[in-house]
Amino acid sequence: MNFLVPLPVVMPLFGAALTLMMAGKPRAQRTVSLTVLTATLLVSCALLYFSTTDAPLVVAVGGWSAPLGIVLIADQLAALMLVVSSAVTLCVLVYSIGQGMADGHEETPLSVYHPTYLVLTAGVTNAFLAGDLFNLYVGFEILLVASYVLLTIGGTENRIRAGSTYVVVSLLSSVIFLTAIGLIYGATGTLNLAQLVERLDALPDGLRLILQGMLLLAFGIKAAVFPLSSWLPDSYPTAPAPVTAVFAGLLTKVGVYAIIRTETLLFPGGRAAAVLLILGLLTMVIGILGAVAQSDIKRLLSFTLVSHIGYLLFGVGLTTQLGLSSAIFYVVHHITIQTTLFLAAGLIEKRGGSTALDKLGGLAKLSPVLAILFLIPALNLAGIPPFSGFIGKLGLVQAGVADGGVLPWLLVAGGILTSLLTLYAVARVWNLAFWRTPPKSVPSGSSSLLPPLMVAPTMALVLLGVGLTVVAGPLFEVGDQAASSLMERSYYVQAVFGGGAP
Amino acid sequence: MTPNLVYVVVIGVLFAAGVSMVLERSLTRVLMGMILLGNGVNLLILLGGKAGTPPIVGLGPDEEMADPLPQIMILTAIVITLGMTAFLLALAYRSWAMSGHDEVQDDVEDQRIMQLAERDEGSGTDDKDHHEAVR
Repeated sequence: MNFLVPLPVVMPLFGAALTLMMAGKPRAQRTVSLTVLTATLLVSCALLYFSTTDAPLVVAVGGWSAPLGIVLIADQLAALMLVVSSAVTLCVLVYSIGQGMADGHEETPLSVYHPTYLVLTAGVTNAFLAGDLFNLYVGFEILLVASYVLLTIGGTENRIRAGSTYVVVSLLSSVIFLTAIGLIYGATGTLNLAQLVERLDALPDGLRLILQGMLLLAFGIKAAVFPLSSWLPDSYPTAPAPVTAVFAGLLTKVGVYAIIRTETLLFPGGRAAAVLLILGLLTMVIGILGAVAQSDIKRLLSFTLVSHIGYLLFGVGLTTQLGLSSAIFYVVHHITIQTTLFLAAGLIEKRGGSTALDKLGGLAKLSPVLAILFLIPALNLAGIPPFSGFIGKLGLVQAGVADGGVLPWLLVAGGILTSLLTLYAVARVWNLAFWRTPPKSVPSGSSSLLPPLMVAPTMALVLLGVGLTVVAGPLFEVGDQAASSLMERSYYVQAVFGGGAP
Repeated sequence: MTPNLVYVVVIGVLFAAGVSMVLERSLTRVLMGMILLGNGVNLLILLGGKAGTPPIVGLGPDEEMADPLPQIMILTAIVITLGMTAFLLALAYRSWAMSGHDEVQDDVEDQRIMQLAERDEGSGTDDKDHHEAVR
């Protein structure tokens, strides 16, 4: 079944070329994008099935065997991330098609939108599958370049301003990543992740710490970890709703994925664990305080996005199996929920004409469906039982308590505080936008009904988010399995080389 | 290869100049800084590989060959930097066309919230007195 592995990268790239040639034929473009992303989702599900029931699937690209050529690896973690990300990208694509139809294509110029969107997907899947540091870098670049175009689409003054910050910060993180790659190659003579395992272990401790720090810095910017996070709330909210939604769901999580991968595979032993925990705490608390201060729904959600990255760092920083598997569960939950919330915010903008809280009101009466579509993921994000947010946080809290140190206890307290403040932030949105008597600016009556093609994917994601609770047991098992094979590094090395590394 | 002092100094200068340019507000200067930084990184990657004869079988003894991998990585990085330079230039031009300059401005919403904080008011309108006052 190894031939399946490159498909999630190849198919979207091929689809991008195809849609680019079909510029000006929106119907054909839509068909191609939908087919490609559906196929990607199916292939990802197959990959998840095979990698959990059997060994990881490995492909040497172009037939060049491992240390010489590039390998693509679908182990449990990569396959799980692939499934969630392709499900989310598919839903957001349907949503953006619905929005494009409803708006008469103003927000999403079709000829550029579809190819770029597919390239973004290819970059994300490539980053998940990469078994080589340089290939990981290329995956990052593919998704970043696509994201620059999507963020500045239309080229209005606001988007150019926000886009400039985003582009420059992302470029800087890429430069740092590339520097780290250069240094690692200079020190070890290889970039193959499986081969690096042994060679990095042989390096002096100080040098290893520097290399680890460089990688963490680069990934920290991409994942929006606290001192490096201020670019995110400034740039994301200006983009069109579906673009913001897919960015919020996927881009920061690719950074988190890279942190998990390098921290477990290349630099185990938790030398940066304390730093990760402290940063996680600061990210959680400061991020959510930022969210409480906002008066625009999209910006508020961007701050909750930053804040909840802290939970993921918490899980990674514990360096125990329970912590790691909870973090993996939380990534899945967070990708789904954060995307859903941004899609719901797009619906609010469509119905109420704005996402500024002081211009909204009475939406619960105007559009009960919208109210439900916002309320469920909002409660899920805050961690109200029985939703998956609660289960993920419970897992993290248990892992923290089981560890028993001072820092983990602080993180447990910070996590619970953040959860409460998240509830406060989303409850404020609920009170102001949905329950308050509407100000005069809100359009009333049935003049602007929500387009069904926008509601349906949002509903699908809400259901997926609720469904995470139903499948929480098996999902936690997959996460646990992924975590245990991450902790046991020889598993990954053996998948690539069979025996020991050359 | 043994680190060559000239290389190291050139890389250091490129990085330092690049960083100080990136810290500017004008997008054109940031672009220049990014180019310098990119070149610095490329040289740094080159330092990681062995120097020697061209890495083509038959041109010389195998042991004297240069390490081709850093060169390939640099080629890839150059292509990426080229694309990014073009995009940043377009961005700077667009910014100039829209607002007459290419300086990156502070975020509008950030400024608004800072002003609210200075006046010690809550954002949004959940503050009841403020709500009444608005009406």
